[in-house]
Amino acid sequence: MTRVVVAMSGGVDSSVAAALLVEQGYEVIGIMLRLWGEGGDAHASTNRCCTLEDMELAYRVADHLGIPFYVLNVADFFKQTVVDFFIREYLAGRTPNPCLRCNRFVRFDWLLRRALALGAEYLATGHYARVREVDGRYQLLRGADPRKDQSYVLAVLGQRELRHAMFPVGGYTKEEVRALARRFGLPVADKPESQDLCFIADGDYRAFLRRHAPEALRPGPIKDTGGRILGQHQGLAFYTIGQRRGLGIAAGVPLYVVDIDPVENAVIVGTAEELGRRACLLEGVHFISGEIPPGPFRATVKIRYRAREVPAWIIPLPEGRARVVFDEPMRDLTPGQAAVMYDGEVVLGLGLIARLERDPAGAESRWGALEVDSKTDEAVISCGQPMRGGGWP
Amino acid sequence: MAVRTIYMDHSATTPVDPRVVEAMLPYFAEVYGNSASIHRFGRAAAKALEESRRTVAAILGCHPTEIVFTGSGTESDNLALRGVAFAQRRAGRGNHIIVSSVEHHAVLNTARQLEEVFGFEVTYLPVDEYGMVNPEDVGRAIRKDTILISVMYANNEVGTIQPIAEIARIARAKGIPFHTDAVQAGGMLDLDVGRLGVDLLTLSAHKFYGPKGVGVLYIRQGTPYLPAITGGGHERGRRAGTVNVAGIVGLATALRLAQESRESENARLRRLRDRLIQGILERVPDARLTGHPTERLPHHASFVFKGINGEELLLALDVEGIAASTGSACTSGRPEPSEVVLAMGFPHEWAVGSLRLTLGKSNTDEDIDVVLEVLPRAVASLRAMQAVEV
Repeated sequence: MTRVVVAMSGGVDSSVAAALLVEQGYEVIGIMLRLWGEGGDAHASTNRCCTLEDMELAYRVADHLGIPFYVLNVADFFKQTVVDFFIREYLAGRTPNPCLRCNRFVRFDWLLRRALALGAEYLATGHYARVREVDGRYQLLRGADPRKDQSYVLAVLGQRELRHAMFPVGGYTKEEVRALARRFGLPVADKPESQDLCFIADGDYRAFLRRHAPEALRPGPIKDTGGRILGQHQGLAFYTIGQRRGLGIAAGVPLYVVDIDPVENAVIVGTAEELGRRACLLEGVHFISGEIPPGPFRATVKIRYRAREVPAWIIPLPEGRARVVFDEPMRDLTPGQAAVMYDGEVVLGLGLIARLERDPAGAESRWGALEVDSKTDEAVISCGQPMRGGGWP
Repeated sequence: MAVRTIYMDHSATTPVDPRVVEAMLPYFAEVYGNSASIHRFGRAAAKALEESRRTVAAILGCHPTEIVFTGSGTESDNLALRGVAFAQRRAGRGNHIIVSSVEHHAVLNTARQLEEVFGFEVTYLPVDEYGMVNPEDVGRAIRKDTILISVMYANNEVGTIQPIAEIARIARAKGIPFHTDAVQAGGMLDLDVGRLGVDLLTLSAHKFYGPKGVGVLYIRQGTPYLPAITGGGHERGRRAGTVNVAGIVGLATALRLAQESRESENARLRRLRDRLIQGILERVPDARLTGHPTERLPHHASFVFKGINGEELLLALDVEGIAASTGSACTSGRPEPSEVVLAMGFPHEWAVGSLRLTLGKSNTDEDIDVVLEVLPRAVASLRAMQAVEV
């Protein structure tokens, strides 16, 4: 019997994933990860995704399904690889997505290794995404439910991970999954959706940074694109590209955050026209196929988890970089966020947005400057160690 | 899943012997009186209670009035340490307590609380590479104001049997009450308190095929003792609370049965244990036996494996149907090293990889064969997991 480890969270998606696998005849082992929370003590963790209540629920689901269930404490590793990264990125003036980092290092490395050591062939999660095998190669596809699709946060996976990955609920809609939960008699059918930023107790990332990285909230100047100081900001972490509210500046025209300069600790504001960017540079570019396309290609690109996809040209560059030239100006390109590339249903891969570029022509000329910009390079290197096979940092 | 299950965690707990269950049954619904009641219902319960007390006293070689029944081994340890410490303080005899550094948490955390909250001074005795206390260290630690010594009979994590009789002689010569936590020794080792020379001794029924939730505290006549549980006059005022007659009948029956088969069963377990130890040391690279090679409990095999996490090994064994333990108090899943294994001088990269296999009545040579086949594979794949890319 093929053995599968299911990463259980006590939520409806992973519970139904486990139930489907049991029904399909797999030998299923449930494992819950205890992640880091601000409470510190493992028994009083404030991590919202693994409270004692969730643990109890996951335990009851496993008991209901008649499968063994274990809780593994990965708090220290999660803190080092995900939380510290999250803080570091804000300190560098970027806006990180910790979920991608967690999937890459915690679920699909730390846990996957343990699953394989337990003799499992697969690690299953409750993500809304699908895996397809084509001639011995593995593709990551969007979840069947467009409203729940979570392929964005899985774009960090590669061939080695996908070979062992299962997403049993990826072919269903959320409503179907809830109906399945009821059919299986799971005690989680009507549980509300879990939250992003699980390790921030109250969901307030600014308050979290104030507690853990007060230096990320150092006041500094708000400047216009010409360098004139228009006011004072409360700390870079309070601002994100495209933001209009809360700047505290009186101007004749609406002003938006158009750039964040961690070196000068400055927020740069400009008009709506100055906000739109046609291009950006990606770092740590990762292709799920393991093969870097030889030249420019067309794709649709998602620049945030919940962003609309926009058609673009992708220009692969040396050293794990790529340039994205969008078909239309983008107003909320944010350094630190992942740009995930799609070809229809297929997730091609991703890169981290390193730098915004005003227009494709200018971008070409600025590429050379980027290479010698030691400050920028330093910041880029700090966002992660190079991965094997030129993978995602 | 039709996994063959093998229970090798008898130091954690044992199944209740069917004969013990049989002996206990009348004391739930038929003979249900409160043993402290004057009427015939109470007298019937008291009769069973006192018979049980005589049974236990005979095995311990003491007077029945010196036996106090409690709710657990942990409770007995708590009553012993607090009871003697507070009585000695009230009599103005001093403020200093000596315990070993490898005691069960029932003793260790009680000593720590006496130290931190109640202002006693506590000396924690070191152990050698086998987890053994040197009696000379006890002698050296004794001061004019030492009022209590507590050293366990056999260690739960590594199975080492401590030189209790020698320590008792040293304590006796100085007139210091000596307590031993004999929870792991119960049903296996000599419990004669005269030969051991101890003043207080702790037992727990569920370690020798008796029920959970019942323990013994032997208190030698004349030992300074204040009850830490106060209330009615049960157990001669030494442990208040309505007496668990069914449990006590179970404890006494289980101890008697264990005593009767002790020598033959110990010999059987020793042979299986030695096969297990030898087989594991031969088949698993970078494996070491922890605890004393000969002065150890007959059913106890404990190891450290370099470079793995004991918790993850337990999980891998459980998936294959083998129930074991790390032997450490690690409950959180965090790879924290065993304090006992560290106290024995093992480096950190060994101390997180501890495993305890404790045999019992149900185990056979076939069980040993299975473990010798599964365990080396599990250790190898956990080690490969750290090194190999997935």
